[in-house]
Amino acid sequence: MTRFDKKPELTARLKDTFHNNILEVSDFRDDLTIVVDKGALLRIMEFLKTDNDFRMNYLVDVCGADYLTRSPRFDVVYHLYSIFNRQRIRVKIRVNDKETVPSVTGLWSAANWPERETFDMFGVTFEGHPDMRRIYLAEDWEGHPLRKDYPLRGYKDKYNPFGEEKE
Amino acid sequence: MAEIINEIDNGEIITKELSLHLGPQHPSSHGVLHLVIKLQGERVTDCQPEIGYLHRGTEKIAENLLYHQFVPYTDRLDYMCAMSNNLAYVMAVEKLLGLDIPDRAKYIRVIAAELSRIAGHLMGLGAWAVDLGAMTILLYAVREREIVLDIFEQVCGGRLTPTYMRVGGVRYEFTDEVKESCRQLVKMLPGKLDEYETILTGNRIWLDRNKGVGRISAQDAINLGLSGPALRASGVKWDIRKDEPYLVYDRVDFDVPVGENGDCFDRYMVRVTEMRQSVRIIDQCLRDMPDGPFASENTEIVPPPKKDVYTNMENLIHHFKYVSSGFKAPKGEIYSAIEAPKGELGVYIVGDGTERPYRLKLRVPSFMNLQALNDMVKGQYLADVIAVLSSIDPVFGECDK
Repeated sequence: MTRFDKKPELTARLKDTFHNNILEVSDFRDDLTIVVDKGALLRIMEFLKTDNDFRMNYLVDVCGADYLTRSPRFDVVYHLYSIFNRQRIRVKIRVNDKETVPSVTGLWSAANWPERETFDMFGVTFEGHPDMRRIYLAEDWEGHPLRKDYPLRGYKDKYNPFGEEKE
Repeated sequence: MAEIINEIDNGEIITKELSLHLGPQHPSSHGVLHLVIKLQGERVTDCQPEIGYLHRGTEKIAENLLYHQFVPYTDRLDYMCAMSNNLAYVMAVEKLLGLDIPDRAKYIRVIAAELSRIAGHLMGLGAWAVDLGAMTILLYAVREREIVLDIFEQVCGGRLTPTYMRVGGVRYEFTDEVKESCRQLVKMLPGKLDEYETILTGNRIWLDRNKGVGRISAQDAINLGLSGPALRASGVKWDIRKDEPYLVYDRVDFDVPVGENGDCFDRYMVRVTEMRQSVRIIDQCLRDMPDGPFASENTEIVPPPKKDVYTNMENLIHHFKYVSSGFKAPKGEIYSAIEAPKGELGVYIVGDGTERPYRLKLRVPSFMNLQALNDMVKGQYLADVIAVLSSIDPVFGECDK
């Protein structure tokens, strides 16, 4: 890899600026991950986007992950990229069911659809999103399919004879 | 007439806003795209894509399959260039495993990925031209695409859904006959691309329909998450092959074409030039490809060849283990991205130490690029929507997952 690696400096800077709001930092297979406090998400994202060391101007993706037995239950994962520095970073927050997450659409318009997808698949609602509704599934769909307690074949109804019985 | 025309403002006639539904079954919507277009006369005031008609729950399926069983499903994402999807997925799993693959496999993969880029761009270009009335290009493009698909068939037996790549390398040897077919393609394709350009690049109709249409600035393009040719047409020189080189892209010499105006015509030029660069890459890889194994020799991840399975007990065990329970990947999470024909194709995997991914997320370029459609067509004519849509080149197997 010819990419210049300045991850230690970057993490140190983040910790200096946000202290306790940075909950965890890890580096696995060259991927830098930070877990941050939900309350400070927008401040940290704005810092990452505008700060000269980071300049994470490109939002790659927003997605969710369900850890059924853990509390808080969900991860919301943001992948950021800096076209200037060729650096990637993964920012995660942890939220409980029925909790809302501040939307980053104000910082990157690109977050619009992925946030809707996360809502569709996990039922995590984003506050301040311009159009918070399902994107893939029908409006009257029940449940959120990528949750771990949603059956692989869905629930049984008149369109889906192979689904599982609802309790 | 009186109820349609609401007012006349400064000589401009303001009519009742019309809501037009384009698709989901429409030949020029490139699959099952449903557009709700708000019209003021011929001008588009708002254009909202409705997607999800082809949603198959690929990510949920992945959570329930062994790592190696998911490869054929990736073929069905962007089925116009299936090899690239294979590549994105297997590279992500290899990153999670921390597995290095033999040099020869890397070269083979680059050739396969570039061939699929050519196949994808040809189809995109052909469909685009036929949408704007140039039937000839579609026939020409499909004719050349056929040659690429023939190479795929020669190398692995599959044409549209090859499943050629596997975790740890590729599935079959890249024989001398295949190399010869590739060489013929390399020799022939630039001339064919010249032919297309003769018909399109200076064509009055093509220019009128594409120049200045669907313009988007570099800043907006980045903000909207565009990637691939659509982003580069706006003048942002970002290509993952160059900026974060994977496989052997740092050993081959190629240029990254960029546009200036960010309009449909620039997106067309970027695609055509990219195909020429792909030809260059394939040519160099054919020349430099070393001898050696085409897949990793780690028998846990790549099962031994079938003929050895029949004659050796040890190999039979490996084969059996691979098929029945797969291989374990470590606990941890990774994101790995490649430059697919349509843009950044990324795979985010959360491994939990078992044989199945705990969570697999596909960051698909068609989905992210399509977001920009509204910003590109606002204020343009209805007919331009078709040109802009084709210039984004979405594929719905990928967009809807």
